[in-house]
This record gives sequence, C-alpha cells and structure tokens, in this order.
Amino acid sequence: MAVVEAPKPSEESNTKTSSQPNTITLRIARSNPSEGQEPSFSEFQIPVQKWTTVLEAILYVKQNFDHSVAVRYSCRQASCGSCGMKINGRPALACYTKVSELNSNVITVEPMNNFPIIRDLAVDFKQLISNHKKMKPFIIREDSEVTPESKEFIQTPQDLEKFLQFSYCIKCGLCNSACPTMATDTSFIGPQGLAQAYRYVADNRDKGKDDRLKIVDDSHGIWRCHFAGSCSQVCPKGVDPAMAIQLLRGYLLGFRK
Amino acid sequence: MRESIIMKIHYGTALGAVALVAVHILMRMSQKFSDSLQYQNVITNYHFLPYALMLEAILILLSVHGFNGLRVILLELKQGSTYEKMINYGSLAAMAILIAYGSRTILMAGMGVS
Repeated sequence: MAVVEAPKPSEESNTKTSSQPNTITLRIARSNPSEGQEPSFSEFQIPVQKWTTVLEAILYVKQNFDHSVAVRYSCRQASCGSCGMKINGRPALACYTKVSELNSNVITVEPMNNFPIIRDLAVDFKQLISNHKKMKPFIIREDSEVTPESKEFIQTPQDLEKFLQFSYCIKCGLCNSACPTMATDTSFIGPQGLAQAYRYVADNRDKGKDDRLKIVDDSHGIWRCHFAGSCSQVCPKGVDPAMAIQLLRGYLLGFRK
Repeated sequence: MRESIIMKIHYGTALGAVALVAVHILMRMSQKFSDSLQYQNVITNYHFLPYALMLEAILILLSVHGFNGLRVILLELKQGSTYEKMINYGSLAAMAILIAYGSRTILMAGMGVS
C-alpha cells in the first residue's frame, strides 16, 4: 500500500505511446458500517495496460496487496450487473470501464450512492430487488399456462420494439445510484423498478397493466421523478428509464391506452 | 385520493394560473402601471364582478398548486407515515386557510367594507 504522485506530463505522454504498462493510483473507498468503521480510502499503485478494466485493477489489488477489499463481481462482461460502483464520481460497471478511457492517472472507486453499504464496494440490493419484484416482472394473463392446445402469443416487430430495450435491464442498480430523487426519498420506487413496470405495461401479451399502474401511482411512485435523466445517462445497457417513466405517465394521464 | 388525480389537479391548476395571471397582468396595461395601483382603481377592480371572480380563481389555483408543490417537496425530504400524514393534512389546512383569508379580502373589498 503506497501513496504515489501522478506521473509528470512528459512521462504520461511517453507511457501512452509505448506498449509498456502505465502505472495508475487506484483509490478504493473502505468502510464497514456493521463494525462502525469510518469511511476512508486505501491507495494502491497498479500497473495497467490500455485494455485493463477497473475491475481487473481492483482484482490486482486483491491478489497482490490486500485481499480484504470487498467487491461484488461475477461475469466480467457486463451481463450480470454485479460490479456497479462509482468510478471517478460516476456510477459505472467496473468490468465495462477501461482504465484508459478515464483519462486519469488516479482512479477513485467508491460504493454506489443511494444503497446501504455492506462493506467497501459491496452494497445491499435488497430494496432494488424488492421494488423490482413489486412491479410483477412477468407476463400476467389468464391463459399463460402451457396446455396441449396452447399457441404462441404472436407479436409483430413493432410490438416488440415498444418494450425490447427495457428488457435489457441487468439490475445493476446504476440508474438508482444516479437518481437525485432516490438520494432524498428512500421510499421512491426508483428508475429501475419504474422502467420494468413500463416494460410489462407496454408488452401487448400482458394483461396486468391496471395492477402495475396502481402500484406505481403512489405518493412515492412515478410522480416523484424529476426527469433529471441521469438514470438513462449511466445505464450500461442502453436502457432509457427516464423515457419509460414519461411513457408510463402517459398511461396515468390518459394520453396512452 | 390517488396520486395521479392529485398530479392532474397540480398540472391543471398550473396551466389555469398561468392563463389567468397573464390576463391579470395584461389588465394592468390598460392604463399606466402606476395608475393601476392607485387605491380607487384597485377598489374598482374588486367592484367589477367578473374581475373579482377572476382574482378569486387565481387565488384558488395558486393556493392549490403552491401548497401541493410544497407537500411534494416535503414528502421527498423525509419519509414516515406520521410525518406524511401530517404533511398531507397540514397542506390541505394551509390551502383552506389561505383561500378563506384571500376570499375574505376579495369579498370585503367587493362589498366596500374596508
């Protein structure tokens, strides 16, 4: 563990053009609320290549300096949504963010905002998952049981297009972390839950629209969104929760049927 | 009341208030602005029934919109069932008190009671 100075500009430009590994300072937020440990930062000097991801840099720390760093990860390919964290102040997936694209020799990683911290970079997803479940994230209809007489529910490409992007959600929580309403309103459903509600409301196979609209039409529901749009900015899968929220509001205001 | 109905009222009162306040401001331009604030001219406005009704409508629209806006802000600041009940009923009471007090002013000025 060491504190290092950022390389001088001439060194920086030399390292960028050469194939030699660059050295960066990785600052990792450390805390353990269950043991009353105050938040602090540990700094490590890490060799990186231009393809090194932030997650790989953190794992390098775990392998070589301090194995006690708590980080949640799994697929390493932006599919599982486990490694969401704040990287240089912006919520992002550590496995999907290359160190080289951050244009800085000092990388600071912190746990996501608006989530209770378990330890270091690992946060508690209980509320996100519970809000996701509250939206009934499945097709609701009387005849959904498969029987010998069952036929597939036919959809046109246009029908599919209405909700397809919202089904790409990997529940990484970055949108909730970036949401300014979630920062003050702990009971707010959040952009993830609302986007999922829209995903099923817009699906023409689904018959549970009224149920879902009732759930989101709450004093801490859809109306508390300020349309800051930061949820859509940070989504690593290109989902646009801010748009889903506006479209869902259309149903509640009677503009959409 | 469902939140969507409250928000429809919120948006409706905003649009209504913008329209009526625009009329109210345009009426000031029918004469010199300083003259429009002369005591006699102001009292004349209150004696003119359609204008007094418009002022009453502005009062109601702005009170409903303003206090609901405040309610929403306060609900976002803090959560808890007792606190939320307090805010909801408090906003309604404040709305009613302001409307009652403003209506009293409009009514008294309209009837020539000073």
